[in-house]
Amino acid sequence: MPEPLLNVKGLSVEYRTSRGTNHAVDNVSFTLDKAETLGIVGESGSGKSTLGLSLIGLIPFPGKIVDGTITLDGKDVLKLKKEELRKLRGTGICYVFQDPMTSLNPVKKIGDHFVEMIRAHQPKVTKKEALERARNLLKDVGIRTERVSDYPHQLSGGMRQRVMIALAIALNPSIIVADEPTTALDVIVQAKILDLLNSLRDTYGLALILITHDLSIVLERSDKLMVMYAGQVMECAPSHVLYSDPQHPYTRGLLKSIPNIELADQKLEAIAGSPPDLLGLPCGCRFWPRCKEAFERCTKEEPKLFRTAENHWVRCFLYDQEGETQ
Amino acid sequence: MTSNPSEILRVEHLRKYYPVEKSFLEKMLARNRHFVKAVDDVSFDVRRGEIFTLAGESGCGKTTTGKLVLKLFPVTSGKIFFDGQDITGLKGEELRALRRKMQMIFQDPYASFNPRMRVGDAVGHSLEIHKLAKGEEKKQHVKDILERVGLVPAEKFVDLFPHQISGGQRQRAAMARSLILQPEFIVADEPVSMIDVSLRTAIIDLMLDLRRDFGLTYLFITHDLAIAKYISDRIAVMYLGKIVELGRKDAIFNSPVHPYTKALLAAIPVPNPERKRNPSELIGEVPSAIDIPSGCRFHTRCKYAKEGCSVKEPELVEVTPGHFAACGGFSKA
Amino acid sequence: MEEKNSIRKSMLARLAAVIPVVKSLTTRKGLAGKLVIIGAVLTVAIVVMTALSPWITPYDPNDVGAGDPLTAPNSQFPLGTDLLGRDLLSRVIAGGSVMLEVAIISVLFCAIIGIPLGLFSSHTGGVVDRFISLIMDSIYAFPGIILAIALTLVLGRGVINIALSIAVVYIPSYFRVIRSQVLSMKELPYVEAANSLGAKRRTILRRYILPNVLPSTIVVATVNFADAILTAAGLTFIGLGVNVSIPDWGRDLTYGRTLMLSGNWWVSTFPGIMIILLALGFTLMGEGLSELLNPRLEQGGAK
Repeated sequence: MPEPLLNVKGLSVEYRTSRGTNHAVDNVSFTLDKAETLGIVGESGSGKSTLGLSLIGLIPFPGKIVDGTITLDGKDVLKLKKEELRKLRGTGICYVFQDPMTSLNPVKKIGDHFVEMIRAHQPKVTKKEALERARNLLKDVGIRTERVSDYPHQLSGGMRQRVMIALAIALNPSIIVADEPTTALDVIVQAKILDLLNSLRDTYGLALILITHDLSIVLERSDKLMVMYAGQVMECAPSHVLYSDPQHPYTRGLLKSIPNIELADQKLEAIAGSPPDLLGLPCGCRFWPRCKEAFERCTKEEPKLFRTAENHWVRCFLYDQEGETQ
Repeated sequence: MTSNPSEILRVEHLRKYYPVEKSFLEKMLARNRHFVKAVDDVSFDVRRGEIFTLAGESGCGKTTTGKLVLKLFPVTSGKIFFDGQDITGLKGEELRALRRKMQMIFQDPYASFNPRMRVGDAVGHSLEIHKLAKGEEKKQHVKDILERVGLVPAEKFVDLFPHQISGGQRQRAAMARSLILQPEFIVADEPVSMIDVSLRTAIIDLMLDLRRDFGLTYLFITHDLAIAKYISDRIAVMYLGKIVELGRKDAIFNSPVHPYTKALLAAIPVPNPERKRNPSELIGEVPSAIDIPSGCRFHTRCKYAKEGCSVKEPELVEVTPGHFAACGGFSKA
Repeated sequence: MEEKNSIRKSMLARLAAVIPVVKSLTTRKGLAGKLVIIGAVLTVAIVVMTALSPWITPYDPNDVGAGDPLTAPNSQFPLGTDLLGRDLLSRVIAGGSVMLEVAIISVLFCAIIGIPLGLFSSHTGGVVDRFISLIMDSIYAFPGIILAIALTLVLGRGVINIALSIAVVYIPSYFRVIRSQVLSMKELPYVEAANSLGAKRRTILRRYILPNVLPSTIVVATVNFADAILTAAGLTFIGLGVNVSIPDWGRDLTYGRTLMLSGNWWVSTFPGIMIILLALGFTLMGEGLSELLNPRLEQGGAK
């Protein structure tokens, strides 16, 4: 078995606030292979964005990684020195932020964004060469090359997001982490952006981590999925397995609550309760207050991840056999 | 004006143009002023008890139309009829009285509440404004309506501030705030797009329940066609300020006519890993609303565009009974 | 009238609600909280001292010849005596009253005029707003002290007149702060929501906009206070102060200047320190409050 490109083991991130400790990410593990797309699904408070940010060491203060390892291409990311970490961003893992409106510098031309980024990692490249690369990249993402001398406000939201993606692939990273890449966009542009990410994956062999709350997107476009709730992984499986055999009550609840236009007369079901208060998590399973199938054990003990199939893990006592746990 | 009793709202040739700010000199010298044509000749009617959806991407004018219908700002031209009465020019006390009957649910549940007003006060304020109840009576009404929208125990929610409750709860409170006036008509502007996925169904179901119990009619505004399919009776698809297709839900989803509608439907993500997706047929991006393409405003992106499409703007034509489309390909039924 | 009462009541209620909030926040927000406490302590201490001065001064501050002129600080006169043999400690204890009066009156006047004016102007909009803003901007553009001097010369001396002169200088600050806030708030969804419910303009201003705008005016008020004190000192410095018979830090500071050269440093220094402390107290409070009252950017949110 070849080593996975990215191997995250037992990652835990905490925010120490004056009101208590917020376990934003709690013991999360996953692997990512080359040219694979991993979808991380969760709602507010699930910890998915924090997880994404921790992969490149950009967790906002006062968050801290308190446990776990992140191994990229055999290197332990958490042990890297500042300079090495900086080099990693852009060439190893690249992050595409959620809001294209505010992620681009409004007083810099598009081309200059590329120049700055390329030269930050490859200082020997001249401005002319960098701009030439920028033009090629814009072409790759479907933007007319003249746009390289425009300012961000002259581009639409969809185009800005594509610029972000072009910036992300500028240095040929092995992994792109896209955090809610399409939330601020319309559905047609959204489809195009996702198509683009897929084609880039095919062309360059990129691995992709899609972080989103939109289950529809990730089911359609990822190879495997991780469902997060209140900082923990609740279920993890290849997409088609998750779709045909969702096991965790939360996953099932989510699938039943999203409207699917391909179904004729759909009856949607709501998930009871409210999203978790990360500073006041319940005892036992974090999902039990909203779970239709909760029983006594759920309220007292925290379930581990149980393996129910080759690649299928569920954090739920309903599946507690003597199988492996993670 | 004939008033059809089953019709609660009718909108005729509604237009809302925003002048583009130019320098003083340009204003003096320019012949043509430039406008952002947010809503450009929109006509439709909403029947009592139905859920009529305005669907489209951002910038298509659906939200502006919704706010125009509620008279939150003045129309540039066109007429609005509510319950048979022409309300286009209504002002002052008459407008205030009308507000009791037509209410709005806003998109951002957090921003639509005064951060310094407790939930109970915010909901009760509606009654104060219209001098409907005071003191103990008011408090009782507030409790009742909070319970009805699912915020129980009501005593607890009355004293909380907006930032202390979740997005879904806030949207329920927003509904309570509107419902306490016992309106007949509600404009819901993307009511669930800013709420967590797991809470959306509950809010939508609540809206459906309330329709049944209170005899409400909804004008539902959304960009999410999947939700539109779930909740609507009839749908109007908008593009750059105009309605391009209008019809019953089944007609729109099963036999869409307008190329834009077809492209929109094809682009919706489906939670199915097995789904084979055809790459989007649309070319280019949505043009700016200041520089609307000539003729059919969609022709720049339409793969079926013919010569006549850039010349003449197509009218909404009845393709099959109750199903309308504005496309050069269907000018003669 | 009924509206005014209800405004007062709601404002009092809001004030009452703010206090425990501020209290709880001070224990949490570290530095900002400490700044507020230090500033508040300093200010309150000085105010109390000044209020109690008739009873706690060891000598009558105006008692000429209580001691020998220009004695350095010693055990009998801990802060020394001035040119006329008056005990400096007593003068320092009592000398704040004029300044505090001037500052308080001017801040009140500013607020009473500036806040409603800002609300009215921004909410009315159009030509009216433009016109009033123009006037306010012109006043604002003037160097404050010069304007204050000019007004004092016109109005004459006396605590009220000085207070008014200073107030005019600062009204534009309140006006601008309120106006810019209201302008941005007018577009906010909850104001739109209130409108859609049918609320009258006045109601929206009073219950939706004003409560959200007031916290920032508190900050302006504290900074205004500090500034007013310094301006009052400045006016006294150039001889436009109040009646000679009232002990005043500003005057002592002025008259003590020339004595510095001959080595009698205490006459100017101690009043000067008091002016600084009082201004500092208010400034710290203002800084701290602006941190605290710009709320809800709590860190620790995870997504």
